[in-house]
Amino acid sequence: MALVAGFLAQAMQMALVLIAAPLLTGFVRKVKARLQRRRGPSVLQPYRDLYRLMRKEVVLAENASWLFRVTPYLIFAVTWVAASLVPTFASGLMFSWAADLIAIIALLGSARFFLALAGLDVGTSFGGIGSSREVMIASLAEPAMLLIVFPLALVAGSTQLSNVAEFMVSPDVGLRVSLGLALIALIMVAIAENGRIPIDNPSTHLELTMIHEAMVLEYSGRHLAMIELAASMKLLLYLSLLACLFLPWGLATQGMGVAAYAVGLTSYLGKLAAGGVLLAVFELVVAKMRVFRVPEFLGAALMLGLLGTLLLFLSRSL
Amino acid sequence: MQLVAVALACVAVLLGAAVLAVAVSARRVASTVVYGACLAASSIALAAALVHFAGTSPVTLTLPLGLPWLGAHFRLDALAALFLAVVNLGGASASLYALGYGKHEPLPGRVLPFFPAFLAGMNLVVLADDAFTFLLCWEFMSLASWALVMAHHRVEDNVRAAFIYLVMASFGTLALLLAFGVLAGPDGAYGFAAIREGVQTPLENTLVLALVLIGAGSKAGLVPLHVWLPLAHPAAPSHVSALMSGVMTKVAVYAFVRVAFDLLDGSDWWQSMVVLFIGGGTAALGVLYALMQHDLKRLLAYHTVENIGIIYIGLGLALAFQANGMMAATALALTAALFHVFNHSLFKSLLFFGAGAVLTATGQRDMEALGGLIRRMPYTSFAFLVGCAAISALPPLNGFASEWLTFQAILQSPDLPQWGLKFMVPAVGGLLALSAALAAACFVKAFGITFLGRPRSHAAETAREVDRFSLTAMFGLAGLCLLAGILPGFVIDALAPVTLSLVGERMPAQADVAWLSIVPIAEARSSYNGLLVFVFVAFSASFAAYIIHRFASHALRRAPAWDCGFPEPSVRTQYTAGSFAQPIRRVFGTLIFRAREHVDMPPPGDSRPARFHVDLRDLVWEVLYLPVAAIVNSTATRLNHFQFLTIRRYLGLVFLALVTLLLVLAIWL
Amino acid sequence: MDRLIFDIAHLLAASLVLISFVQLYQDRLYALLNTFALHAFMLSCSVAWQAFIQDAPHLYITAAIALVFKAIFIPVALHRIIQRLGIHREIETVVGIGVTMLAGIALVALSMVVMLQVTTEAEPLAREDLAFALAVILLGLLLMVSRRNAVSQVVGFMSLENGLVLAATGARGMPLVVEFSVAFSILIAFVVIGIFLFRIRERFDTVDVHVLDRHRGER
Repeated sequence: MALVAGFLAQAMQMALVLIAAPLLTGFVRKVKARLQRRRGPSVLQPYRDLYRLMRKEVVLAENASWLFRVTPYLIFAVTWVAASLVPTFASGLMFSWAADLIAIIALLGSARFFLALAGLDVGTSFGGIGSSREVMIASLAEPAMLLIVFPLALVAGSTQLSNVAEFMVSPDVGLRVSLGLALIALIMVAIAENGRIPIDNPSTHLELTMIHEAMVLEYSGRHLAMIELAASMKLLLYLSLLACLFLPWGLATQGMGVAAYAVGLTSYLGKLAAGGVLLAVFELVVAKMRVFRVPEFLGAALMLGLLGTLLLFLSRSL
Repeated sequence: MQLVAVALACVAVLLGAAVLAVAVSARRVASTVVYGACLAASSIALAAALVHFAGTSPVTLTLPLGLPWLGAHFRLDALAALFLAVVNLGGASASLYALGYGKHEPLPGRVLPFFPAFLAGMNLVVLADDAFTFLLCWEFMSLASWALVMAHHRVEDNVRAAFIYLVMASFGTLALLLAFGVLAGPDGAYGFAAIREGVQTPLENTLVLALVLIGAGSKAGLVPLHVWLPLAHPAAPSHVSALMSGVMTKVAVYAFVRVAFDLLDGSDWWQSMVVLFIGGGTAALGVLYALMQHDLKRLLAYHTVENIGIIYIGLGLALAFQANGMMAATALALTAALFHVFNHSLFKSLLFFGAGAVLTATGQRDMEALGGLIRRMPYTSFAFLVGCAAISALPPLNGFASEWLTFQAILQSPDLPQWGLKFMVPAVGGLLALSAALAAACFVKAFGITFLGRPRSHAAETAREVDRFSLTAMFGLAGLCLLAGILPGFVIDALAPVTLSLVGERMPAQADVAWLSIVPIAEARSSYNGLLVFVFVAFSASFAAYIIHRFASHALRRAPAWDCGFPEPSVRTQYTAGSFAQPIRRVFGTLIFRAREHVDMPPPGDSRPARFHVDLRDLVWEVLYLPVAAIVNSTATRLNHFQFLTIRRYLGLVFLALVTLLLVLAIWL
Repeated sequence: MDRLIFDIAHLLAASLVLISFVQLYQDRLYALLNTFALHAFMLSCSVAWQAFIQDAPHLYITAAIALVFKAIFIPVALHRIIQRLGIHREIETVVGIGVTMLAGIALVALSMVVMLQVTTEAEPLAREDLAFALAVILLGLLLMVSRRNAVSQVVGFMSLENGLVLAATGARGMPLVVEFSVAFSILIAFVVIGIFLFRIRERFDTVDVHVLDRHRGER
């Protein structure tokens, strides 16, 4: 019985992640529009976009290979799996021990690997621009992410997300500088990985400012729908990660009753909404950086992670 | 007794095949016979090694060869069995591959005799149990591989590469000779059993470790002794390159592990700092060099340097933990390093086989002349893709499993008491993460430019798929990569006897963990389940495919590429290897390679094309090797005068030497 | 409660180190000045908190001096100088920003190792404050050394002095007289530097020290 309940909870998290992702994207767009004194599209518009794309015909380049057609499914699957392993309304779900934070980062890395390959597949220069810039950003964002995992793992004694989240709720955590540095670094890396301003503009039409858009330029129809959905889920994943690591209050644990799950769900949706508003405000306040300033930005995130680790060693040995 | 004898019998078969090859290499069937014999011998030796893993205690054998008062000692213990398995798995797959590839060899007489000799040499090094046999077989291995590098001697670059290789190999053997000399002590106790019993002073300990690091490290490819590797590995035929990169470097790692963990009593913490520093620097520099290459085989060779760096990071961690008595963490770090040894031999061989297949099909190694091969060579490209994904540490393949274990070992570092280690280990962890991310970038470039896109030359347009033997070898290795990634617990349990024999501790038994996860220290800390991740991803992908199939439109139409409405008919407009690496070159290369871009822009009205030129400098070569070469050259030029003296001068030299010796005798007595 | 006090002091001191890093990252002059103002503000918060824990009311005066002079007065004055002189508002670095940040991390590690090994008998809060203070001093020196612009060297000098104040408050031993004299000497030094900047600018039309180097006598 407990097994079935656990299985259901995990399945519910997978469904929640899938359904909430486009809603989050729509919400962010709506808040941005409102702040710019526009009415903006409806919050449900991304669902309509996905539906429209699913029903359209796929136009495939003549020399696109099987890799080009398989990649959207692969990216979608990998991102969905990674997003369902991050605690949203409850921690300690049934399969959460299968992959820890390092494995989740590596799963997102595989999605990026195949997306970069798909960008090179058709043999145009736009795909090349997108892929080469994307791997440059990844070559700094992934180490920065791993150097954020270090202080978190050292403080909480584990790299398993559920354990870290439960540790953060407990009173042992205290007000640590290393965690503050890790928070700032995680926000910087999250902005870089999701291709938001100031790294990349998700709504650009100018080729020289594209990174993500340039890689998916040749995709259309149902393939594009899956890639867009995967991108929304990636944003949801990072916001959930920030929420469960640094704002873990309200998180239920596996095995608590339905009431606790409901509380967890409400607090999770609230955190998502708050994160969306902050993201929208940040994107409007800051301008996009030149591509070759991005390594300095990410280098700063890497240094913050390293500094956090060093400060942790300092306070541990006193 | 028996298993060692079986292994030695296989070695004898290999040597016999080498001799046979000298005689029959002109015939057409020679290639099949020789490689078939190698395949059989390697498979039997592999089976012997695996059987030993099921058993327990070490077995030794002494043959009345070599020095009369010493004999030749051979021993098969857990560590030797592991590396024997790695060597023979590589040898068997290379022989299988060569059954198809070897038919395209223009000069079989220069390759066929030395290939079995090379395999025999590597096997003997792993089995050797005394210093004399070890060094003899080490040199034999080096010479056989040198002969293979010289196989295509008409190419000028190959001759130079072989010369540099010979110099570096001799230098490495000299260092190892001195190391074993110090270990054997003034009594000349060359047997490893005697050395294990003996006790070394701290100075001797440091000296031996430094010499082994230099000697074995130069063969493995540690920076700054790596310069021969990217020249020699690509020069040899592809199956030999796979063996050199995937297996011979592991034999060098074996030498280091054998001396540092087995023969020495353990080292100081500051020595492990040196190993960690060198490992981290090698990993980062190796992958940065690899990113700047556009020759496919040279890229793979530089990448070997990076992975050797990762292995040495694991070994350095194990030494650090061992020096502080943290045995559980030592076992974890050592297991991670040995797991990576196994993984690297698998995927590096696979990638070199793929490069060889591309070379056979197109005659090109330069990525700037390839492209679009995924449609012409679908099976090769699929196997190569699996290799690229494995080496980029993507879950659920095996590269990720060993990197995950290394990271878990790094997370044990706060318990280390020394400050230097406490700061160095996270810094090295950062370097490891950086090199992993750059490796993924490098292989996106390697696979993307070579196999994807549009063909950049006529050779790429008319490529054909290679023969079945090559494909079987590649798919076999790819399957093993996937298996080792999904079921890492079995590999970790198999490595347990090795760590038990070396450091007296093992990782917790993974077979007991539920659902086939792996748990490095304790369940509460972290766990990883490769099989479950694989099943999850497969299920999600199938579910997505099903939903799409049910509810979405099936229509699909082929059309010219969209390209923002500006289609480019020329294939020269797509990205090249150099342009793909340009952002990373700007970020990292400006400092490390002094990369400078020069644009020669004609003034308005002049219709000649603009030229773009990138200037890269290899600082290791310029700072370390060129000055040494200059000194040797100038000294040799000065000493050359001794060749042209008159008879009277020569007599004068003899007279002088005699008088000096008599003087010394007089003073001494 | 004791834990919380310790943590807040730790937080304030470490944020001072963090803002030193942010100063190293800046390459625009106005942004550097704003960061320096923030640096001085964090210093005054940290000193005020120390005054609260150590129950030493004279430290409140130190905090007020830091706030008024260094967080408000000096940045505003430098702002006016830059506008009057029309100084070029981008700061050229000697090596890239990445290398500078790496050097900064190494300096922080070095200062931590040194301070922790030297002060083994003191209480944890003081030890940590000293380690952070040395780090801030070294980072201020790094800022002075790795920039070509004279104004950024002044800012580096000021943040170095902030580190000294942090060290003094952490060691619980700074009498008010010493504090006043140090503050006044810094003020005089600042006025002198300001006069020199004006003269240099009049003479050479620039305050880029690299350019000034060419006019040395014995070249």
